Amino acid sequence: MEEKFAAIVVGAGPAGSTAAYLMAKAGLEVLLIEKGAAPGSKNMFGGRMYSHALNQVIPGFWAEAPVERPVAKEIITLMTGDQCLSISIQDLSWTKPPYHYHSFTLLRAEFDAWLAAKAEEAGAMLACGIRVDDLLIKDGRIVGIRAGEDEMLADVVIAADGVNSLMAQKAGLARMFSPGQVATGVKQVIKLSPEEISRRFQLEGNNGAAQLFVGECTKGMQGGGFIYTNKDTISLGLVIKAAELQKTQHKIADLVEEFKHNPHIRPLVEGGEVVEYSAHLVPEAGLDMMPRLYGDGILVAGDAAGFVLNLGYIVRGMDFAIASGQAAAQTVIEAARNNNFSRQSLSQYAKLLKESFVLRDLEFYRKAPHFLENRRMFEVYPQLACGLMSRMFTVDGSPPAHLLNKVLSQVKESQAGLAQLAGDGWKGARIL
Amino acid sequence: MKRLTIEQLLGINKFMVDDEEAHIVLNKEICASCATKPCTFACPACLYTLKENGEVNFDYAGCLECGTCRAVCPKEGAIAWGYPRGGFGVSFRYG
Repeated sequence: MEEKFAAIVVGAGPAGSTAAYLMAKAGLEVLLIEKGAAPGSKNMFGGRMYSHALNQVIPGFWAEAPVERPVAKEIITLMTGDQCLSISIQDLSWTKPPYHYHSFTLLRAEFDAWLAAKAEEAGAMLACGIRVDDLLIKDGRIVGIRAGEDEMLADVVIAADGVNSLMAQKAGLARMFSPGQVATGVKQVIKLSPEEISRRFQLEGNNGAAQLFVGECTKGMQGGGFIYTNKDTISLGLVIKAAELQKTQHKIADLVEEFKHNPHIRPLVEGGEVVEYSAHLVPEAGLDMMPRLYGDGILVAGDAAGFVLNLGYIVRGMDFAIASGQAAAQTVIEAARNNNFSRQSLSQYAKLLKESFVLRDLEFYRKAPHFLENRRMFEVYPQLACGLMSRMFTVDGSPPAHLLNKVLSQVKESQAGLAQLAGDGWKGARIL
Repeated sequence: MKRLTIEQLLGINKFMVDDEEAHIVLNKEICASCATKPCTFACPACLYTLKENGEVNFDYAGCLECGTCRAVCPKEGAIAWGYPRGGFGVSFRYG
């Protein structure tokens, strides 16, 4: 039999590469396996990473990592057919200490390759272009992996193989998700000059913008649109709950083209060249879809563990992935010190996650996924808000009305009553 | 700005097609018993199409490997879903 590793990490995404980096740094023999021809070549996301988690692992990472733009401006836009209503906040402190830097837009092919290379520099063995087919199980514990004809042994396997985690399922830790628990994200990367991007989004220098859209862009389906400005590209796309796609006759590929050609959006991307079209599933059910996080000889990290948080106005995944990779590494380093890779010993992982922001935040917002299943958020309320604002600014010779009357008549016209609006508002304020 | 068809969009991507092994295989008998066939509209690459005789046709060559078909398929056992062999399939240059 071949040499035995302390740890085999399946998947060189942010969770896997972080784990491999820290374990290798601690002197463990680590094998990091990636199915793509290069790390990052199978990975895709909307477009932004919050910096705090990686900054813990690699302080000041932005000085060397291929990040695109620090986000200085957030925009939330509600859309109906004709109208769109935006709330925008620009906070330049997000690009200065102590938030230096709060979040970055980035592109995964380049970024993930960089992080995997950090793991490799630290001493991990990186093997690309290898699809892991199965786990090796002996006496009820995971002892390695099988890829084609090859079998590789390890004290522990870290399943960081993404939302479609076949490893966590094979280990009996995860069940198949339901269409209500995942969303499909599609994205077009559109090339434009850096100056043109800064001008169109009213950004100074290399500052970036993140914009989320709710309403017409998903035809009222649960989900939304997004735009992130990169250096010389724009990431534009839609995320729609798979359970909605199951019922609708709208094709998401058509919807994203339609979104791009929406008169509110088109001026932002006009003249740009589409250089990639991608799609990926997003685990959105939070704790409801979390697998068992550890077993004898195995840990589950990142998207494979369902570590994504969507609050409608904030979407996080990479910071959870990186912190879970860090917790997994700490657990394995400790387990190696005691030479004990049993479930009992690896339960330290769940403890570390509970102490960190990962499970703390997911537990804090545990009702958010359910709250966001309310379809009024995606059709009724965008119409209500846009209608009201439009009425406020319309002068057409008709009799005037005081603001309160405008609000009341707009609410009356919408499909939601005042009580329902107040109820949803109250719930939203308590849950989100 | 011209509208792009799904064929044009997929044409922009880089794929290394595995001519020897399909990574997603349909059980056409089970598919025939499916009334709604959500794969035919949910797939972001529009790779599931209906033939004239009503049979579901799947072309794995432009697959974005997202797993949407796996998530929306209402018939157990209809889709044997996996990833392409190492190094094959889509290669995102941006991601």
